[in-house]
Parts: sequence; C-alpha cells; structure tokens
Amino acid sequence: MNKTVNPKDLTSDDDYGPLYAARKKVYPQSVSGTFRRIKWGLMAFCLGVYYFLPFVRWNRGLGAPSQAVLIDLPNSRFYFFFIELWPQEVYYFTGLLIVAAVALFLMNSVGGRIWCGYLCPQTVWTDLFYAVERLIEGDRRERMKKDASKDPMKLERISEILLKHSIWLLIAWWTGGAWVLYFNDAPTLVKELVTFQGPMIAYIWIGILTATTYVLAGYMREQVCTYMCPWPRIQAALTDEWALNVTYRYDRGEKRTSVKKAAELRALGEQVGDCVDCYQCVAVCPTGIDIRNGPQLECIQCGLCIDACDNVMTKIGRPTRLIAYDNDINIHRRQEGKAPIYRIVRPRTMVYSAIIAAVGGFMIYVLATRTLLDINVLHDRNPVAVRLSDGSIRNAYTARLLNKSGHDRVIAIDIDGPVNSTIHVVGVDSVTPDRPMIVIPRDSTSELRLLVTAPAEGNQEKSIPVRFRVTDIGLGEAASTTDNFVAP
Amino acid sequence: MTDHQSEFDSVTGRSTTGHEWDGIKELNTPLPRWWVITFYLTIIWAIGYWIVYPAWPLISSNTRGVIGYSSRADVAVELANLEKIRGDKMVALGAASLADIEKDPALLALARAKGKTVFGDNCAPCHGSGAAGAKGFPNLNDDDWLWGGTLDQIMQTIQFGARSGHAKTHEGQMLAFGKDGVLKPDEIVTVANYVRSLSGLPTRKGYDAAKGEKIFADNCVACHGDGGKGNQELGAPNLTDKIWLYGSDEAILIETITNGRAGVMPAWEGRLDPATIKAMAVYVHSLGGGK
Repeated sequence: MNKTVNPKDLTSDDDYGPLYAARKKVYPQSVSGTFRRIKWGLMAFCLGVYYFLPFVRWNRGLGAPSQAVLIDLPNSRFYFFFIELWPQEVYYFTGLLIVAAVALFLMNSVGGRIWCGYLCPQTVWTDLFYAVERLIEGDRRERMKKDASKDPMKLERISEILLKHSIWLLIAWWTGGAWVLYFNDAPTLVKELVTFQGPMIAYIWIGILTATTYVLAGYMREQVCTYMCPWPRIQAALTDEWALNVTYRYDRGEKRTSVKKAAELRALGEQVGDCVDCYQCVAVCPTGIDIRNGPQLECIQCGLCIDACDNVMTKIGRPTRLIAYDNDINIHRRQEGKAPIYRIVRPRTMVYSAIIAAVGGFMIYVLATRTLLDINVLHDRNPVAVRLSDGSIRNAYTARLLNKSGHDRVIAIDIDGPVNSTIHVVGVDSVTPDRPMIVIPRDSTSELRLLVTAPAEGNQEKSIPVRFRVTDIGLGEAASTTDNFVAP
Repeated sequence: MTDHQSEFDSVTGRSTTGHEWDGIKELNTPLPRWWVITFYLTIIWAIGYWIVYPAWPLISSNTRGVIGYSSRADVAVELANLEKIRGDKMVALGAASLADIEKDPALLALARAKGKTVFGDNCAPCHGSGAAGAKGFPNLNDDDWLWGGTLDQIMQTIQFGARSGHAKTHEGQMLAFGKDGVLKPDEIVTVANYVRSLSGLPTRKGYDAAKGEKIFADNCVACHGDGGKGNQELGAPNLTDKIWLYGSDEAILIETITNGRAGVMPAWEGRLDPATIKAMAVYVHSLGGGK
C-alpha cells in the first residue's frame, strides 16, 4: 500500500528536516456549550482559590500568624486553617499525596484524563492565555491570517501583539506574586513588595514563576502535555475499557457526507452517517488533534469538541452527542442493537474509593487525636548508668518536650518504674522536688536533662522499664513515653 | 541514511525512517524543534561552565575557571561567619556567672553543647567520652568528688588541674607507706581490711580490727579524716562510700597503700579560653553529680 515519496516532499517550509519537527501552532476556535461552561466555572474557582487564599485570615491568638494557609519556612511550621504542622509531622503530607494520587486514578477510571482537561494548572492557565489572545487578536481564522500574513506589520498589529504580551506578563507576574504570599504574611509582604522592601528571595521567586507561567502558558501550551508531562503515559496503564473518554461515536458518524448529500441519501432511505466533516471538532481542539481518529495521547479530555459538535448537530437537526464521554464497549453494543451500559460503579472505582476513604479517614483520625503535648526521651549511652557514693543507681536521659499549643504550659514530670526512684531536672529548682515542674513556652520545644536515681535495694534487675509522664497541670493534658532504667 | 528510501505510511499518515526489520518499518517520529534546540543549548551551557567554573582535572591541579570561584573559599567564608556568630554567644557566656548560666536555658544549652565538644577533644582521653572515667580517672557523672563538686570547685579544678605543677593547682598526695617503710607489709594488710570495713565490704578472716583502727588513726586520719570521710582540700577520697577510684579489692588497696597514689590532671588555664572553661565546668556539673 505504501507509496514511495521523495523525502524532500515531506519537508514543508517550516520543517528543518525529518529528524526533528517544527511545532504546528494550534489556533483553537472559541466555542460555547456545556463543557465550556464547566471549564469557565472551574477556571474561575481554581484561579480564585490560588490568587486569594493567602489573604484569608484565621485567628490563632496573639503572637501566632493570622494567615489561614501559610508555609512558615524560617520557623518550620505549616499552617492550614485550624491545623498547625511541625516538621516531624510531615508524614501527613504522605497521606495527602496518597489521597491525591488515588483521586487522580479514580478520576481517570471514571472520566479519563478529566484532570488534564479541567483542573491541571497547565490547562487552566493556557486556557486563560488563549482567552486573552482571542479577545485581542480575534478568533481562530483571524489569528491564522494575521500570523501567516507576509505584509509588513502595521501599527495596529504591533499594538495588538504588545497588548497581548503585556496582559500575559501581568497574569504571569500575578501568578508568581500569589505564590510567594503563601510563604509570608500576605498583606505585610504585599506592602513590602510594592515599596521595594521585600526580601530578595521573594522577587526571585516572582521572577521564576512569572517566567514559567509566561513560557508554559503562552508558548509551550499543549507541548507541555504532549512531550513533558508523564501523566499521559501513566494514565494509559491505569485506564480500562469502561472509562468514559471523549469518543467519536463512529457507529453513528460514519460514513461522513455533506449536509446536502446526507439529506438526499436519507430521502432515498439509505444509511448515512451524522458526521458532516465540518472540522469544527478539530478547530476547537486545544491540542490540535482530530478526535475522530480515536483515542490519542494528545487528547486532554476537555470536551470542547463535544460542545462544537453538539452546536453543529443542533443546527442541522440531528441528535447531539455524536462526540461524547463514552467508550468502545457502548459503540459495539449500539452496533449490535443493544442499549449502552455505563458502569461508573465497578471493582476498580470501588477499590480506589475505598483506598481514598481509608487513607483519608486514617488521616482525619490521626489529626483529630494527635496531642499538642509530647515527650521524647533518649537514654544516655555513655555512661548508661552511674553508681553514686551511697550505692544507689542513677540513669541520665535527654528529654525533648514539645508544646504545640498556642499558650505557655506548666508541665509536671512524673516517672513510674524503679522502686523508690526520684527524678531531677538539671538546672531546675522545683518547689516540688519529687515532681519537677517546668514551663514550656508556646509553640516550642524544650530540651531537658533528666536524672533518675533509684536505690540499689529493690532494683536488682539489669534493666527496668521506666515511664516518663508529662502533665499539663492547668489543662490536665498528658503524654508519656517509655525507656529503660539500667543498672551499672 | 542516504541509501535508505524514506517512505510514506498510509495507515498513520506519517513518513518512515526507511529502516526495515522483518517487514516492519520504523515510523519517523521527529523530536520537537524546541527540544533539539534546548539540547544544543545545554551543550553550549556546559562549555560555558567549563570556561567560567573550575572543571577539568589536570595532572596535579585543575582548571580554575575565569571567575576564580572556589568552593573552599565559600567554606572559609561560612566558617568565618560561624565563628562570628559563636563569638557573640561565647562573649555572653563569658560574662555570665556560673550559677546564672545554669539558670538560663539558652546559656545552659550553649554551655552544654560547647562543653561536650571541648570535653571530647581534651578530656575524653582520660575521663572517657561520656565522662564515665576509668581506673585512676574519676567518673564525673557520680556525686563523689575528690576536689569538690560545686560549680566553682569544678571550674577551679579545670583551670588549675591537680598536681599539675601550676602555682594554684590542687596539691596533696597519698604517701607510699609501704615503699617508704612507714608500714610493714602485715600492717598494710590489716589497714587495707580496716578500710574495706569502713564501707561495709567483707574483711579477711581473723584480721585484727582494733589494730587496723589504730594504724588508720596513726597514719591515715590526717588526710582522710576521722572515720575516713575524706578531705576535699587535699583530694583525699571518702573511704566510706561505694565509689573507688582505683578499686576496692584487698590487693588493690594493698598496692595503693604500699606505693601511694598521685593522679595528675593538667591545668587548662591558658590552653582553653575562660569562656570555654566556664562552659566545661557547667557541662561537667550538669552531667548529674554536680553539688
């Protein structure tokens, strides 16, 4: 079947040669419809959250940051509304990542790459940049004509291009600006930034994010999805035959004919496809593919071709959803004259949902039951035990007391373990010698040296378990840990 | 490549590379141009990097790079900064009194950290890395002190040492009662058993307790005090407690009484700066035995 072609014929004007290819610029046409509306809504939501979240306030009391979402790197704290995480609790993010990953799998098994089509930052910002481009330079045809024009540029065209890039840069700059606000008190930082007193690192990050946003959304666009992103490759391994992908229902569409010819043939009682080969689905596609060629790596499942096709079908008086979220199983069933079946609930989606519920539930449980007071104890390794002059035994421990609450605490330390044992905190002259009491400032860690002394009588064993209990004497909150009391 | 004929694949609408294996032809999937340009840019970047930064190893050195960057110079700057930060804190430590250091958690933490490091460098060879001591070298974790266990006494001992030759050092030593002929061997055995009895250790069968007490009173009380409670002015250990610097066996006691003991601790004044000595004193005091 293959016909031999001269390689020169394959090389178009904008091609360097067969080993690498120039990008074929995509000019998506504007479209209106259900999925476009969903996309606008989600875009407004995502960008709204991203740009304005740093300004949401949350009262944590005096001396604590009042920003609802804040990553406080210098003090190693992460604040999320009522949650405050310390570096050692970073494993919560592991749970979050697991939930995020499985949620992605779940989305994929229900509706294909809908993450890519509706929620991915690359898509959201590219969509926004396209909207700006369309507003200034006009729709698909106009933009193609303007780009292809060989005439010397007129002032009008130059100002158009300048305006477009200025707005792009403004959006990109705002994107970088919002990013740094997550790392410092937003209103203060905004004031510092506009008066050029902000920290250098903030300006650097704004610069980086401005550059990446401008380049990725203004220039790279669908190439990020096609060449750079691993998800298109991974999702192929995670999908199954029941997932609802954007599908051209070729059982209905083929054979393609013109509107006029189709009407004539139908009048004769012949079988004709609904597709009128208008190429509207191709024109609106942000990745520049023809969905009628079947599932493709480039397809981000945004559904804009569905809107485009529906508009055409409505106009020519044919049923809509010639392109729809569907799968091959239903195409075959329809071809066989059976009713299509949709199985959103199936083992795969149930397992994913169960994992999300289990991990999410576990995280909520752990977060809800975590204590704001904690103690870690490390036994001295050298020497492990000391014999005192009266023959009694002393073990020393380094204790780390954590007060994660927003107020100072008075803590009492008790021990259970060796018979008649006493505890002393180095540097602390407690009014209650048998039960040392110390103050731990709010939101901080105190390192203490604990000396546990016990008479040799009654403590003959080589190693005796010892429990350290700390109690907030005001609130009664308690925490404990165990170690061993060792004989010399 | 020239001898291969590029073809057009009608199924995919793509050209082939012209390569064929068992009838299967390889499709030409060209890289995006920006990718190739980026690839070349990284190569140009690497060449620029070789010129600007130290890069190529030579036989005995390496290329220096035109801007003269050196990671060692960076380290030197960082270390200088660190010294500066430490300098301020050590000044604060030097200014505070020993008692105040122990009461201020920040100063205590600094003194303990500094003291631990300096102890490891200077004291650990004799006293052990955990200050647990060894035969002849006191355990600094316990509550038994030859020269006193208050902060000031510990600091004094560190400053001037024991029998170190320094003008202000601790003096006083255990005489060689046997070697010098003060006591006869059988008297030494008797008094050794008496000393063991002071701390409740078992004694040799048939030893004469009264004779032992008399020998002790005549020879030992001067330094070790009535009842053998010791004397920190002279560094004479308490013989009634459970802690023995050289050991409590009869044989070891006989050896001690026969040959005497005079362990030496060097003076650290002059070798360590005053703030460091303070930190050391606080560190040793906080080990647990401090009075």
